[in-house]
Amino acid sequence: MTKSISRRRVLAGATNVVGAGTLLSGLPLRGLAQTPKPITVGFIYAATRNDFGWNQAHAVAAKRIAQLPGVKLIEQERVPETVEVERVMESMIQLDGAKVVFPTSFGFWPFIQKIAPKYPDVLFVHAGGLWKDSDPKNTIGYRGYMEEPHYLCGIAAGMMSKTGKLGFIGSKPLYFIFNNCNGFVMGARSVRPDTACQVVITGDWDNPVKEAETVNSLVDQGVDVIVANVDSPKVAVETAERRGIMSCGYHTDLSALAPKGFLTGAEWNWAKAGDFVQAWQTGGAYPNLFRGGFRQNMVAISPFGKNVPNNVQDSVLAARQGFIDDTLKLYKGPLKDNKGNQVLAAGQEIANTDNPFKLSVKWLVEGAIGSTGLQ
Amino acid sequence: MPATAQGPASRDAQPWPRRERGFSTDTLESLLLSLIAMAAAGLLFGVFLAAQGHDALAVYRTLYLGAFGTRFSIESTLTQAAPLLLTALCTLIPARVGLLVIGGEGAVVLGGLGAALAGVALGGASEVVGTVLTIAAGALAGGLWIGAAGALKHFRGVNETISTLLLNYIAIALLNHLVSGPIRDFSQTLKAQSWSIPKGFMIGNIPGLSVHWGLLIGLVVCAALHLLVRHTTFGFAMDILGGNRRAAQMTGLPIGRLILIPCFLGGAAAGLAGAIEIVAVHGAASESLVVGLGYAGILVAFLARQNALAVVLVALVLGGISASGGLLQRRFDIPHAATTVLQGLIFLCVLASGTFRGRLLPRRWAA
Repeated sequence: MTKSISRRRVLAGATNVVGAGTLLSGLPLRGLAQTPKPITVGFIYAATRNDFGWNQAHAVAAKRIAQLPGVKLIEQERVPETVEVERVMESMIQLDGAKVVFPTSFGFWPFIQKIAPKYPDVLFVHAGGLWKDSDPKNTIGYRGYMEEPHYLCGIAAGMMSKTGKLGFIGSKPLYFIFNNCNGFVMGARSVRPDTACQVVITGDWDNPVKEAETVNSLVDQGVDVIVANVDSPKVAVETAERRGIMSCGYHTDLSALAPKGFLTGAEWNWAKAGDFVQAWQTGGAYPNLFRGGFRQNMVAISPFGKNVPNNVQDSVLAARQGFIDDTLKLYKGPLKDNKGNQVLAAGQEIANTDNPFKLSVKWLVEGAIGSTGLQ
Repeated sequence: MPATAQGPASRDAQPWPRRERGFSTDTLESLLLSLIAMAAAGLLFGVFLAAQGHDALAVYRTLYLGAFGTRFSIESTLTQAAPLLLTALCTLIPARVGLLVIGGEGAVVLGGLGAALAGVALGGASEVVGTVLTIAAGALAGGLWIGAAGALKHFRGVNETISTLLLNYIAIALLNHLVSGPIRDFSQTLKAQSWSIPKGFMIGNIPGLSVHWGLLIGLVVCAALHLLVRHTTFGFAMDILGGNRRAAQMTGLPIGRLILIPCFLGGAAAGLAGAIEIVAVHGAASESLVVGLGYAGILVAFLARQNALAVVLVALVLGGISASGGLLQRRFDIPHAATTVLQGLIFLCVLASGTFRGRLLPRRWAA
């Protein structure tokens, strides 16, 4: 199974300098001068590591963190979101001597909160910005502003679409899904103002049958680019490819699944956690809560598909530079939601790091067809 | 019919099962057969590992380390074994009357649901009463669930294996329906789960161990049901029915009661396991109840050859295997499914070993 990852990695590096650049930029390079003390890092996944989705994104990060000096990686997959994960964490700590644990599933958080105080010499890193001041100091919550790479996907989709109709498939009616959807739609409309995007919320993190059905019905309605915000967008991307339309990825690099229609994808850069591991290793400072977009190097985009022309790539990369330089704001007025209500007046801007605003997003922007599914 | 092949029915066509004091030839043979079957499975798994390019001996050493090697390992093994003690009884007790019940999974789910609902409803009760009633409600729910399959068998002739298997799916669907709507706690956004039972109803760990009280409850229930099956007239009557239904009818035994009560008891044991999952671990009903405890229990019951005391040993072995599964995965990069392969091999070897029953040792009581 590791063979397929390395093949994709090789592909990414060989065929796309940009992609390779984003990969390398995530590698923390400090601390190479002297070999720090050895440390065992444990990764725990809720499903298989090769799911072309959430888990794979973490497994890719784990591989990169394992390359840091002195780091030994241990991994365990298919750990249910039950008390079982407590046992796995403790087993890693007690039997393998792990000093940093990454229980990667969102639902592992309550169990981390329970176990962490018992092991003050172990760092617990959780993918999800759930950390509060009352939580143990040896825990970290971190998360990326995925709406930014979705905005870039939207630009690619808007420029590449022939029909001007896009499709967004969401899993749960949750704020970050709405933000991603808004980013995607606003990105597309920034290059093609008449773009419309059908929004479908399936209600499940993982429901391949429904996802495939949704893609099929979107294609029948004339949609020619889709992005799926589900645990593993594999089925959606493959269905899109089979139906001859284009797709954007989510979580991790999915270009191998759609050689013809893949544009680019919104990726996490979970390997940023290498910084936390090194801090723990050397007794340095680390944040308990870390959120970021491109500027903080917490998100990335997938290597472009081979059918994406240079002018599209240039527009996408220019916008990415805008996020890095903080000259491009995701939410800025005038902005209306898709029911015609004004959200932001002309001249009003929301900082890209304004998390409370993003948490409060319960609406879809103008151009999105469909509802949030919230009452 | 594996159940009868393991159970008293295979004692040829004798109308009366032998009742022996002490360590009988049968018991010795059962023990030997189980050990041989386990060894054969271990050997096969070793071949499987070697074919995958692993050092089988190193894997077994790690398996031992993860299961029994350290205090932590032993505690995880005991924790894994605790629910299996009870879910095994769901197959074991009805098997004494010749029924093959595989509905442990559904009974666990129903037990969990019953306990969660009772716990919530009993909100104002005192802690001891609340805990006891919560657990009892779970056992009752599981008992009625499998008891219903027994009733279908007795009154309508519905095959209990098929009906209990299908009841598993119904139970899981019922759970999913209830926790995603009617009894869902909407303040829990991460996961669909029912309302939580009061904190005071939760039972903690056995002092000095990080293993919950469910282990002790499981041991007591195993011992109690062993006594019932082996040392009471009711248990004797069960054996007669299991050995030869005609003979049981001829003797005027109450067939209906002899089918319904063991089904109820088996279901109650599995329901108890579900209830303990609620009061000792989760605090609320959710999909976390559906983790294969019931199915693992079937394996335990078969390995224990329908002996409620042997269940304890077997549950420890299987608990140890699952406790060390993670360690094997981490140390050798053996996929998660490998421990399932080992369990499957053990199951197959035990089934196959049934064919040697009666041929292994000279019979003292040749008919």
